[in-house]
Amino acid sequence: MTAISLTVNGKVVSGNVEDRTLLVHFLRDHLNLTGTHVGCDTSQCGACVVHVDGRAVKSCTTLVGQVDGASVTTIEGLSQGDQLHPMQAAFRDNHGLQCGYCTPGMIMSAVDIVQRHGGKLDEATVRHELEGNICRCTGYHNIVKSVLDAAGRMSTAQAAE
Amino acid sequence: MGVEGIGASVLRKEDRRFTTGKGRYVDDIKLQGMTHAHFVRSPHGHAKVKGIDSSAALKMPGVVAVLTGQQIVDDKVGNLICGWAVHSKDGTPMKMGAWPAMAPEVVRFVGQAVAVVIAETKNQARDAAEAVQVDYEELPAVTNVKAAIAAGAPQLHPEAPNNIVYDWELGDQAATNDAFAKAANVVKMDLVNNRLAPNAMEPRAALAQYDEAEEHFTLYTTSQNPHVARLVLSAFYNIAPEHKLRVIAPDVGGGFGSKIFIYPEEMVALWASKKVNRPVKWTGDRTEAFLTDAHGRDHVSHAEMAFDKDNKILGLRVKTLANFGAYMSLFSSSVPTYLYATLLSGQYNIPAIYAEVMGVYTNTSPVDAYRGAGRPEASYLIERMMETSARQLKVDPAELRRKNFVTVFPHQTPVIMAYDIGDFNASLDAALKSVDYAGFPARKAKAKAEGKLRGIGFSCYIEACGIAPSKAVGSLGAGVGLWESAEIRVNPVGTIEVLTGSHSHGQGHETTFCQLVAERLGVPVSQVSVVHGDTDKVQFGMGTYGSRSLAVGGSAIVKALEKVEAKAKKIAAHQLEASESDIVIENGEFKVTGTDKSIALPMVALAAYTAHNLPDGMEPGLKESAFYDPSNFTFPAGTYICEIEVDPGTGKTEFVNFVAADDFGRLINPMIVEGQVHGGLTQGIGQALLEGAVYDGNGQLITASFMDYAMPRADDVPSYKLQHTTTLCPGNPLGVKGCGEAGAIGASAAVINAITDAIGNNSLEMPATPDRVWHAIRAGA
Repeated sequence: MTAISLTVNGKVVSGNVEDRTLLVHFLRDHLNLTGTHVGCDTSQCGACVVHVDGRAVKSCTTLVGQVDGASVTTIEGLSQGDQLHPMQAAFRDNHGLQCGYCTPGMIMSAVDIVQRHGGKLDEATVRHELEGNICRCTGYHNIVKSVLDAAGRMSTAQAAE
Repeated sequence: MGVEGIGASVLRKEDRRFTTGKGRYVDDIKLQGMTHAHFVRSPHGHAKVKGIDSSAALKMPGVVAVLTGQQIVDDKVGNLICGWAVHSKDGTPMKMGAWPAMAPEVVRFVGQAVAVVIAETKNQARDAAEAVQVDYEELPAVTNVKAAIAAGAPQLHPEAPNNIVYDWELGDQAATNDAFAKAANVVKMDLVNNRLAPNAMEPRAALAQYDEAEEHFTLYTTSQNPHVARLVLSAFYNIAPEHKLRVIAPDVGGGFGSKIFIYPEEMVALWASKKVNRPVKWTGDRTEAFLTDAHGRDHVSHAEMAFDKDNKILGLRVKTLANFGAYMSLFSSSVPTYLYATLLSGQYNIPAIYAEVMGVYTNTSPVDAYRGAGRPEASYLIERMMETSARQLKVDPAELRRKNFVTVFPHQTPVIMAYDIGDFNASLDAALKSVDYAGFPARKAKAKAEGKLRGIGFSCYIEACGIAPSKAVGSLGAGVGLWESAEIRVNPVGTIEVLTGSHSHGQGHETTFCQLVAERLGVPVSQVSVVHGDTDKVQFGMGTYGSRSLAVGGSAIVKALEKVEAKAKKIAAHQLEASESDIVIENGEFKVTGTDKSIALPMVALAAYTAHNLPDGMEPGLKESAFYDPSNFTFPAGTYICEIEVDPGTGKTEFVNFVAADDFGRLINPMIVEGQVHGGLTQGIGQALLEGAVYDGNGQLITASFMDYAMPRADDVPSYKLQHTTTLCPGNPLGVKGCGEAGAIGASAAVINAITDAIGNNSLEMPATPDRVWHAIRAGA
């Protein structure tokens, strides 16, 4: 067992966990943050993506011990109260989701993509960057639209700040 | 239409919870005292189970129990059933071997469960499962259909000699032979429809709870049809009578057919929850999904088409071997028969058709319905045949199709189906225009100058949806009726609940069904909610598959709404002291036509529940239910045209354009409809270019993870151009046809037709990987 302490969605959390505990299981089973999903065993599908110190990370291939002391943001921590994050709003407005299972990981990856590329995103770049996230429902058409829409909204919001 | 009524692209009500991580899927649910199950699964494709030693596992930390196949047999839990009886040509019923939930004696596919470990934590259950010692005696295995029916092949079930489940036929053999005797040209083809793994992103899961005091079970499960699950678990598996079993399918992360069936894991979780008297949760991992979710497709076919001298089709002969895997899954028998051969007429006038289908056991995962279920296999065969015929007859592929289109409706095909309505020329024209077909030769020439091979491919699909008229399917062997139910509850404050037997696992019912209420009663969708997926709340229902939810489930909602409206108008007329026939509904108000007198729906509802002043003899309350049984299938149809470019140096295919022109009848929420098409097209493209579930000769699935099985990713597929043409379905009150499967049914043929056009070699199997295409280019040169 290992004692760990980290910040999740702005709150400090700590606990004693088995050494083999993955971040995704810590979030889901210990903190009841069930928005982060597991869709595969091979780090391929991206349903488990969260942000660790601001960068998109697959929480199914991260031991919670590796993020001791880090700041983790999950899908539950993305919105500001009732105010959806521009990426969440764009997914809703563009029908970028169907069953919703891949959606949290998709949104967390997409936020990271926009943050890294700023306003320079185009369709080909978004499609290439989404390589690590699998969706079986949408055919990606509306996910790509959502990300491009959100990129515009996020740069507008940034300019306004 | 109103802003939220029929035809409006209302944003989805369910999306706030899904975009904020508040969806509630089975694995998200925790119960007090919950234990975790992990299955011990066969590593062999075919083996005798000679013994199971659980002693070491039982000593591992946290282990509550190790339960085996023999115990489930001893407790008289029923074997898994196949719910559709199909008879062979000679009239004999299909020949099936027993499928126990865990195998006591023989395992017949890799991944089949032989025991289950129940432990305090998921990790403890997994660790202990590795310590269970199973003594197997390996038997020879067979995974390929042709090999399975060959002399001397390993035999799977003593009940099914030569591994043949049935040898079935449809159509008029003599008339078809006559048509071929008169033919000016005959086109022949061999086709393989590759095996697919459905891969809903949420793996299957089950959480079972036994209440000793009430002798009552609750099952949370990843199901597309919780009521059917309860029926089967009660009536056939002896888990509990229906009133002692509640099945809840909460948010479900995609299904595509794979979550229709009742699997061994749900049965074992229920059974085990009583045995250990604690809740038992099982959540599959992705490799378990690959190994044990029912796969789709897997046909090997030979087809022949006869043409007269004017290129009119005279007849079609088809012989198909369908791989069922090691056991007959719940609806498996219907897929390569009544859902496949009945669609072999395509969009065409074909005077004579004769189809033979042999269903075959192999040492592979069971095969059942996967998005489209039989109809993609039919559509692929017909549309590859039409394209190939056009090339051999040296005519334009669009014009060959046009010449043979059915144009007069209703149209009785020689294979059971009676097409009610359609306009196949309209969708072909819309697609041709959108893709700029006239400009294709110039684009091809330009691509050639740049060293690329450009091709264009067509697919004019038709499907039978709105599944299904109960009497018709009953006469064809179905064990259930395929109607749907609905209940509309108007609460005393005027809010409305729609209870439906359909189940949404991505289709957006929580929005679309509210739009039907908004249209009828003028109530904003925010005042309406949809209740589904719980057998304690909704009385009965047949669930969601076969693009049936709106055509059948939505029609049941409309029927119930009619009854609500009729009663509400009576109450309004009484309150307003007017004649019932003068009451009209406008924006949620019941008005006396031609006057300024009106009463809002909440006041009508309140009057219904206070019952202080109702018409004489009227019962209080405002709640109506309806069952709707369709009179016919619905027939969505359309044209897909795909333009691609192949790099001859690498064999890699790139999309230039993908146009889909669909006729789904009336659209309730066009945004959701288009989303369904995008997803279907991508699964069809996945089949054509990327996906294939591959077994080796010993029964090992060599594509059992996302590292080995190529799922379509964002940069594998294009953005799509969608068109809608409309003929209203005459068979249901909404005029709708269903849109959930079309893309998966039509897309794969368009892609392969385009690639074979580009490379000039028609011999190319799915998935058309760069390696295969590269070799086909060289073989064709």
